[in-house]
Amino acid sequence: MTARLGWAPYALLLPSVLFLALFFATPMVQAFTLAFQAPDGSFGLASIERMLGDASFRDALLTTIALVVLVIPIQFALAMSMALVINAQLKGQGMWLYVYALPLGISELAAGIVWVSIFTQSGWLNSVLMGIGILERPITWQSAETPWLLIGIVVIAEAWRATSIIMIILVAGLQSIPREFLEAADVYGATTWQKVRRVVLPMLRPSLQVALILRTILAFQVFATVIALAGSGLDVLADEAQRWATDIDNDNVAAAYAGLILILSLVSTVLFLVLLPTREEHQA
Amino acid sequence: MRTNERLHRWRLLAITAVMALVMGACTADDGASPDGGNGDSASPANGNGAGTGEIVMVSSQLVPTAEQELMNNEILADFEGEVEFVGLDAGPFNDQIQAQEQAGEGEISLIGGLDGEFSSFGADGLLMDLSDVAEDLADLGINETYLEFGKLGTDQQLYIPWMQATYVMAARTEALEYLPDGADVNDLTWQQLTDWGANIEAETGERRLGFPAGEDGLLHRFFQGYSYPAFTGGVNTTFTSSEAVEMWNWLADTWEYVNPASTTYGFMQEPLQSGEVWVAWDHTARLIQALENMPDEIIAFPVPSGPEGKAYMPVVAGLGIPTTSANPEGAKDLIRYLLSPETQAATLSAVSFFPVIESDLPDVGPGLQAEIDAVEAQLNAADALPAYLPVGLGDQGGAYSQVFRDVFQGVVLDGGDPATILEEQLPNLQAVFEASGAPCWPPDPESDGACQAQ
Repeated sequence: MTARLGWAPYALLLPSVLFLALFFATPMVQAFTLAFQAPDGSFGLASIERMLGDASFRDALLTTIALVVLVIPIQFALAMSMALVINAQLKGQGMWLYVYALPLGISELAAGIVWVSIFTQSGWLNSVLMGIGILERPITWQSAETPWLLIGIVVIAEAWRATSIIMIILVAGLQSIPREFLEAADVYGATTWQKVRRVVLPMLRPSLQVALILRTILAFQVFATVIALAGSGLDVLADEAQRWATDIDNDNVAAAYAGLILILSLVSTVLFLVLLPTREEHQA
Repeated sequence: MRTNERLHRWRLLAITAVMALVMGACTADDGASPDGGNGDSASPANGNGAGTGEIVMVSSQLVPTAEQELMNNEILADFEGEVEFVGLDAGPFNDQIQAQEQAGEGEISLIGGLDGEFSSFGADGLLMDLSDVAEDLADLGINETYLEFGKLGTDQQLYIPWMQATYVMAARTEALEYLPDGADVNDLTWQQLTDWGANIEAETGERRLGFPAGEDGLLHRFFQGYSYPAFTGGVNTTFTSSEAVEMWNWLADTWEYVNPASTTYGFMQEPLQSGEVWVAWDHTARLIQALENMPDEIIAFPVPSGPEGKAYMPVVAGLGIPTTSANPEGAKDLIRYLLSPETQAATLSAVSFFPVIESDLPDVGPGLQAEIDAVEAQLNAADALPAYLPVGLGDQGGAYSQVFRDVFQGVVLDGGDPATILEEQLPNLQAVFEASGAPCWPPDPESDGACQAQ
């Protein structure tokens, strides 16, 4: 079979390989080269050291990791329950899908601005809480003095904004589970919880893996929501890269930050591949 | 052939007709521009640039989207040529102009920037001599000092002053009853501002002072043009002085009364209007909407004084033409247009940058008038101490401001020891001067060679 296909598969692969080489591999190599150069062009660790010594480096790294660790589990729990609701074939199933998918159509920055109007001092949340008499005076949600509160509101905004992409992947995964499996489980008297644990989750593993990898990579790049909600009160890696590139005009340190984001993304991808092997990978 | 000629004549006629209309009614709101790009060299005598092709103007001023729109849709609407205004942040702004110079040609015909930015371009030999334009405009009475700045220490006019601005204070009137005893809002000290904030906090339970410390905010200019010179009499040569330590301690104390959401504020006009902040410092162009929208509730007043005087930062923007300009004649026409009394007045009303020419200010709204009064009081104060924007830093401008922002982060937000943090940041500041070779600028004493930070 393979022999008869000859060079055809390679020819078909060629355009995407070229595309990746041109638009992903080349800039990646260039970015790493930049990171190992000083602004004067000499090679060395000067830019990496500058990044490590940057006043905001530690905060940016810790905040980014904290956001990833907090956002991903919340999003998966939410996305899983949303996907199960849709898959349960309730009345108005289509409507639920549309409602849940709504944030997908909104850009990261626009979502951030929507949440600013909720969390700002004279915003919706404080107005409602004061209106019903729970608060006497407004709470400053977006204060750099309470970083955990700031991280909290970014987590809420991110969860709202980016859960639907995971949900879509999970819905697709759920719908590919053959009905017979669940019917067989029913025959053996499995409870709903047992069905979810023993049938749905294992069969969903490939989708979960894809969604986790995708979402984690995106979480390491979180940017516009943080800028909109926290301003300069919260540092994240992507924001530092942008600041060094445009405000400080030092592409080398910016590339060092970008390289760090890339390495973190690669490491987490490998981790997910190792920790959540799908059946094919098991067999291999 | 004949038809072509006739068409050409019709076009000329149409252009002349439109010109006449526009000259007849200078302020007519005429967005339509006649078709340029036919290479017609017989441009009209009044130099409004019809038919000289598209002009791309790149500027480090008027960068916010709203200001860019006002520039393109209102201020430039009456210009008789095709012009595209592009506002760019300092980094990309420098990159684009340097890149065009390296390529030897490019789209940028006119540069709008700050004095300090031009001094770098001038040193690199990037700017055309505009002495002829300056002569043409002699009748307008362009501010002599600024014209002299525009020579950048040479005998050539390397840029023409364009517009000016500065920073002032604004407050909601309900804050006034909490002024410290004996304090005059038009002649405060920075310590009195702190006491004012403390009174407000004690009486209302809210921290209502405000600074633009967000990503887009101009807080670094507060350090460079206001707090540093007012407390230490200098900026770079007094960076780690005991007076500087005192200043940072003062700011850290004051921050107890500053709205903690300040780290999200870009333009203070917004929190002032919503009432989140009662007393704020910011750029005139970033306060104007609050003053215009609520003239009875929000007032403008001069910045407070420190031990060394009432330091303020005059912002002078200029217009220069790169030697690689795609359309130098069109760019000169655009300079003449931007300096005309009508356009200077339109610039003031639209984006609240002040004229650099001698002219009666147009009838302005109460908000703008309040700003003008505050600026004048600041300028004419007995202890006025002008502190200039950085000069000659080139592409190091961002790194320079970052040093001050990092000290702020360390001392005020993270509660660090000012003396230690200033010592830590001193090498970063010096690195900026070494990389750019910039000498010190006022109020720091002049230096031979690169400024020595201390």
